[in-house]
Amino acid sequence: MRNAVGREIPEEILKETGKEAFRGAYAFDNYEYRKAAPTVHALNDPGRSKLVENIHEALVKCGIRDGMTLSFHHHFREGDYVVNMVMEEVHRMGVKDITICASSLGKANDPIVPYIEDGTITGLQSSGVRGRIGEAISNGKLKNLAIMRSHGGRVRAIESGEVHIDIAFIGAPTCDEYGNMRANGGKSDCGVLSYAMADAEYADRVVAVTDCLVPFPNIPASISMVHVDYVCVVDAIGNPEKIATGAAKPTTDVRKLMMADYCTQFVIHTPYFKEGFSYQTGVGGASIASTISLGKIMEERGIHMGLGLGGITTPMCELLEKGLIKKLVDTQDFDLGAIESIKTNPNHIEISASEYANPFNKGAYVNKLDFVILASLEVDVHFNCNVVVGSDGMISGAQGGHPDTAAGAKCTIVILPLLQGRIPAIRTDVTTVTTPGETVDVVITDYGIAINPRRQDLVECMKDVDLPFCTIEELRDKAYAMAGEPDAVPFEDRVVGIIEARDGTIMDVVHQRKEFSF
Amino acid sequence: MHPNKKRLRRSMMFLNCQKPALIKDPYIYQPDSIMLDLEDAVAENQKDAARYSLFHALKEIDYRGVERVVRINGLDTPHWKEDIRVCVAGGADTIRIAKTESAADVRTVEEHVLAAEREFGRPEGSTLLMAALESCKGVLNALEICQSSDRLIGIALSGGDYTKDLQTTITGTGVELMGARQHMIMAARAAGVQCWDTVFTNLDDMEGFERETKMIKLMGFDGKSLVNPRQIAVVHRIFTPSEKEILFAEKVVREIDDKKAKGIGVFTVDGKMIDVAFYDGAKRTLAMAKAAGVYKGVC
Repeated sequence: MRNAVGREIPEEILKETGKEAFRGAYAFDNYEYRKAAPTVHALNDPGRSKLVENIHEALVKCGIRDGMTLSFHHHFREGDYVVNMVMEEVHRMGVKDITICASSLGKANDPIVPYIEDGTITGLQSSGVRGRIGEAISNGKLKNLAIMRSHGGRVRAIESGEVHIDIAFIGAPTCDEYGNMRANGGKSDCGVLSYAMADAEYADRVVAVTDCLVPFPNIPASISMVHVDYVCVVDAIGNPEKIATGAAKPTTDVRKLMMADYCTQFVIHTPYFKEGFSYQTGVGGASIASTISLGKIMEERGIHMGLGLGGITTPMCELLEKGLIKKLVDTQDFDLGAIESIKTNPNHIEISASEYANPFNKGAYVNKLDFVILASLEVDVHFNCNVVVGSDGMISGAQGGHPDTAAGAKCTIVILPLLQGRIPAIRTDVTTVTTPGETVDVVITDYGIAINPRRQDLVECMKDVDLPFCTIEELRDKAYAMAGEPDAVPFEDRVVGIIEARDGTIMDVVHQRKEFSF
Repeated sequence: MHPNKKRLRRSMMFLNCQKPALIKDPYIYQPDSIMLDLEDAVAENQKDAARYSLFHALKEIDYRGVERVVRINGLDTPHWKEDIRVCVAGGADTIRIAKTESAADVRTVEEHVLAAEREFGRPEGSTLLMAALESCKGVLNALEICQSSDRLIGIALSGGDYTKDLQTTITGTGVELMGARQHMIMAARAAGVQCWDTVFTNLDDMEGFERETKMIKLMGFDGKSLVNPRQIAVVHRIFTPSEKEILFAEKVVREIDDKKAKGIGVFTVDGKMIDVAFYDGAKRTLAMAKAAGVYKGVC
């Protein structure tokens, strides 16, 4: 069946998953559903301790068995040890057929690949995957379908009961013996624990894993003891050097600065750029550069940002410090400056991933965005974006909040170079659709800027603005003129993963990779 | 005269021919000229590969009006003859001769360029030349070099090699380059060709770069050799006449034309005493503004 972004979704996949094909970004407005509820084991004997000796004991006490779903968060990013240590023990115990439901998986989790190959892990649900796990999925080594969900989509799946977590393992920089977890302090400081909050509320069993046990009560807690069954103290939950580094040096790459400048000029010429506007941006060089240049214009014109949202970096915190942002609302911290800021600035506030982006909430923060500045691996002539599957057909990225913020923001701007290396990034068709073009308003490249024709209001605003506007087809043609039209990536028939839309429908499928041969 | 001999050349950006990623689309930064380097940036055993990339870049890439200069290897190397053949075959606009020391050097290159133009069926005289002066001898011979060929668009100072020859170093103060700069600009003006300043390599010192660019503009240079696209905007800002300068120059030209017809020699414009000696300068300002795309008037 062909879905609303023109992707062919095989009938057997619809049947196997029980999902519908994507019908449009806002097809589920006013959708009525009943939330799921976890099975709870009450603790009313004050003498009973939640502390367990090790991961093994936690698994035994939680009743680990074949076929369970275990969940993890990715706040420790490329420094994460928790997924690996739990899965190593699961593997040692001979448990099979585990599904991992993680907010994201990265190269830090490469060591679990052998457990995919030997059937310990047969299901993966994540925002995306990088490194060897992506290769394993793309090469058909995972038994079941991998499901790639956006951050908002994941919380929706958990809260609506589409995925049921048996045991959540939540790495906590600090924790007390009753399970009050905080993201600050300790040696693996990560700023916030936003992505783990739904896991704590909806999993049957919740294990706090910490390397810094602190006296009770560890409050105000990011995740409260009322959700936590066990507390396990280990030597290290992550590598602090890889959890967060110093702020990235602002880019000096003129190409990125040029795109950043185009972006800033575009933003300030829209009607949304006014006192109290709201804004989210990513961590790429061009995004950060545009935040910095926008900050200068805000200062000159005396315009304040009412809400800064999202994954937070130092430049956003600097605007907060200068008083140019009123509230910074945070689901993830990308550097030490952001972690420091949330500890010290009362206007820098931690929220849950559900509050951030869950499309089945009664409203989420992303819906209140005026601007979001995003990157993308590829964009097609219908403005559909691909942020998960590389142009070589390998799963190598993550949806993150991309589809959530694009759907929510009034003005969604995607910045990318026209060519990624020698591969056209603007093309007739993307390898895989992850964010629907109906939610993408502007594409900014080093060769020109294309406004989505759906947004005639923005076209009108930019009529007298001196920026290199052109059509998306013209951008594609320029890319093809330089690098040639790329051949379609060869794939096997077998579907190895699905790109789930925020609302749980199927945006696209990912096929097993086929080795290229002449 | 070749129609491009005196074109606007404020920014001349070096790019290593050994790196296809650099030469594929530098026009997006909008320099006036790019200098595709076959010389020092290219490893000795990669000269052939760099020429191959250069040839295909010149043939295949539309540089959107940016002048395509190629820096060839010096006449004391085994590479320069083949460099010239490839430049001409590919249709380069201009060849930059490294380590030029005399008018004879320019003429030697000119002969080979003419031969290559005949060999590859390019119009004779279509390939322009510029000379890099990199030694005391070259600098002292600036005038004869500037007068050596109709193809020669101008001379460029190469400060690194020149200061080595002087037995000093680049200090950042400009003191060590003062004599060469002054001498070269005088020679170029005397011969009616252009003159460009040396590169500024400390990319972290943008203030120093701006200071130096302002100084060489005041000294009379036409532009500067660059090593990074970050430097382009600064040079263009400094070398492009401001709105105030354009308005004043326009008034001067109009007034001189008008007063000349009325038989008046000296008069005032905006409180400044003006005579015919100001005419050429004002005309030059307007021509530069026009070439830079900031003036569309008729003067």
